Amino acid sequence: MKKTYKIDVDCANCANKMEEAAKHTTGVKDAAVNFMTLKMIVEFEEGAAPKDVMLEVLKNCKKVEDDCEIFL
Amino acid sequence: MNKKQKNVLIRIIVAAILIALLKLLPIDGWVEFGLFLVPYFVIGHDILKKAWKGIRNRQAFDENFLMAVATIGAILLGEYVEGVAVMLFYQIGELFQSYAVGKSRRNISELMDIRPDYANIERNGTLEQVDPDEVEPGTIIVVQPGEKIPIDGIVTEGSTTLNTSALTGESLPREVTVGDEVISGCINQSGLLKIRTTREFGESTVSQILDLVENASSKKSRSENFITKFARYYTPAVCYSALALAIVPPLIRVLFLGSSPEWSDWILRALTFLVISCPCALVVSIPLSFFAGIGGASNAGILVKGSNYLETLSQTKCVVFDKTGTMTQGVFEVTGIHHNTIPEEKLLEYAALAECHSSHPISKSLQKAYGKIPDQSRVSKVEEISGHGVIARVDDISVAAGNAKLMRRIGADCSDCHTVGTLVHIAVDGAYAGHIVISDVIKPHAKEAIQALRSAGVSRTVMLTGDAERVARQTAKELGIREVYSELLPADKVRIVERLLNEKKAKDTLAFVGDGINDAPVLSRADIGIAMGAMGSDAAIEAADVVLMDDDPLKISMAIRISRKCLRIVYENIYFAIGIKLICLFLGAFGIANMWFAIFADVGVMVLAVLNAIRALNVKKL
Repeated sequence: MKKTYKIDVDCANCANKMEEAAKHTTGVKDAAVNFMTLKMIVEFEEGAAPKDVMLEVLKNCKKVEDDCEIFL
Repeated sequence: MNKKQKNVLIRIIVAAILIALLKLLPIDGWVEFGLFLVPYFVIGHDILKKAWKGIRNRQAFDENFLMAVATIGAILLGEYVEGVAVMLFYQIGELFQSYAVGKSRRNISELMDIRPDYANIERNGTLEQVDPDEVEPGTIIVVQPGEKIPIDGIVTEGSTTLNTSALTGESLPREVTVGDEVISGCINQSGLLKIRTTREFGESTVSQILDLVENASSKKSRSENFITKFARYYTPAVCYSALALAIVPPLIRVLFLGSSPEWSDWILRALTFLVISCPCALVVSIPLSFFAGIGGASNAGILVKGSNYLETLSQTKCVVFDKTGTMTQGVFEVTGIHHNTIPEEKLLEYAALAECHSSHPISKSLQKAYGKIPDQSRVSKVEEISGHGVIARVDDISVAAGNAKLMRRIGADCSDCHTVGTLVHIAVDGAYAGHIVISDVIKPHAKEAIQALRSAGVSRTVMLTGDAERVARQTAKELGIREVYSELLPADKVRIVERLLNEKKAKDTLAFVGDGINDAPVLSRADIGIAMGAMGSDAAIEAADVVLMDDDPLKISMAIRISRKCLRIVYENIYFAIGIKLICLFLGAFGIANMWFAIFADVGVMVLAVLNAIRALNVKKL
């Protein structure tokens, strides 16, 4: 299952960091951050609950880039 | 500027004023230390917080950490002004970068803002706005002047001019009227349109394009990966070098040279080293250059699906084309009337009338060239002879229209043609009256496109087609393409492209340009696949890496130029930033460069690199 979220982040490299962090979160199969449209596209693992996974993704993103936001 | 940026700006101004005031005051010792901490915390509290969080999350070695260590160190050594100033200029650099990025992003997203929010449906005589997702194919929707067409469909009522620039980058408006197909994302400029939808919203052009754009950044280029890897090793490396610079030389002085260690001097040098080493210029400007390059390209009607494709595209040395639909219109038109014994218009009129009951593509091209609606009452006794043509009575005169076999059958003496195409011979009253040539037309810019590719440094152009050899040779000659392979099946195209891939040099890349479903396997096999977007099949657009929205072959060379410009900027920034940093690191280690010098090396280089990166957005003159 794929879902798109709106995000807020300041620099292109920070967006890359967020993407890396999201990819390494359990329950996430693949993730892509588009800096141009400020969107994060997350593909979830089979059977993962998107809501719980996204909270974890947000936590991991905050770790690598304090100044970011994902609008869940 | 947004709220966050304004906040930073105010802090910068306040801190700058405070520093100037404190510099003028006759203070020293602990008072001076205490007072300088005020502007320091005003300007740097968020950096310190981020650095602290980074250490706690075991992500210590980032630019915040470098800045925090360097400034705290400088202040502890009594270099108050320098310490606060480093933080101040670092924040100025960050603010500038965030502002520049925000601005270019807004520019791009405004241009890409093609998502329609609603569709109008007429119910009980009033217009109702509904979610385009809920509109089923076959529904009649109403598009008022100034509105976007939300869903692909066919015009059933009204005529207007459409602005297609958001989709194609083409500024010339398109005229449409009843019966014409329209694609979503175009803006209705003048008249009211009623459209019968032919697709669901999710399958409409606009949704597919947005899907492409939104997924674009997931594929990273080698340069970007290089920078990510570089930063991962570089920052720890300079941190340890700085540590060594602070400890090793003083120890050597004490132990081996017998002189005083001069700790504070060497620690200051190490701190300068840290400030210089900040990799911001690189990690910020490289992704930004690609972002601007892709943005600029989409602005010109060229969709690039990822920054790695921009990189591959820039190395294109060989371009392989499909013929029909790519270099030619893929629509058959009357291109000539020869050997006519009666006026051309009269001949065309007879042909159009005789064929008026047929739905064959050739008949359609005749009707189109005739330009008027044929008066069927003038036509009688239509006799279709399969494989030959038609014999009919027009205005009570016998007209035969068809191929050479038909002419032989009625005993008319027909002449062959030197041009390539399908011939419709006409005999009036049993006597040969001339023939009409119907052929696929070469796109207006096709020839220029090949020349433009040559001047863009493409050394080999090849055309592949399923068409007959004679037609292929003729087209290739007109276009100026020397290599041509004809009468190919889709599998043959893949085989030839694979052979060409083997023949080229390892560093060069091969691009394939096509539009049809049968091109999809080749598009994915080539180093880079370019699809014609407006006329191309969904399969081709899906398989391609680059999509040309307005099907103009001239855009191929433009795409290559855009990618080259973008990559040139990327390399400029890599060499410039690393070069300046290395020189400054060297000077810093020998104590020639002081803290102020370090600030320039960090913030100055970043500002210049960001400005350079934004240049990639400007593609108008390419």
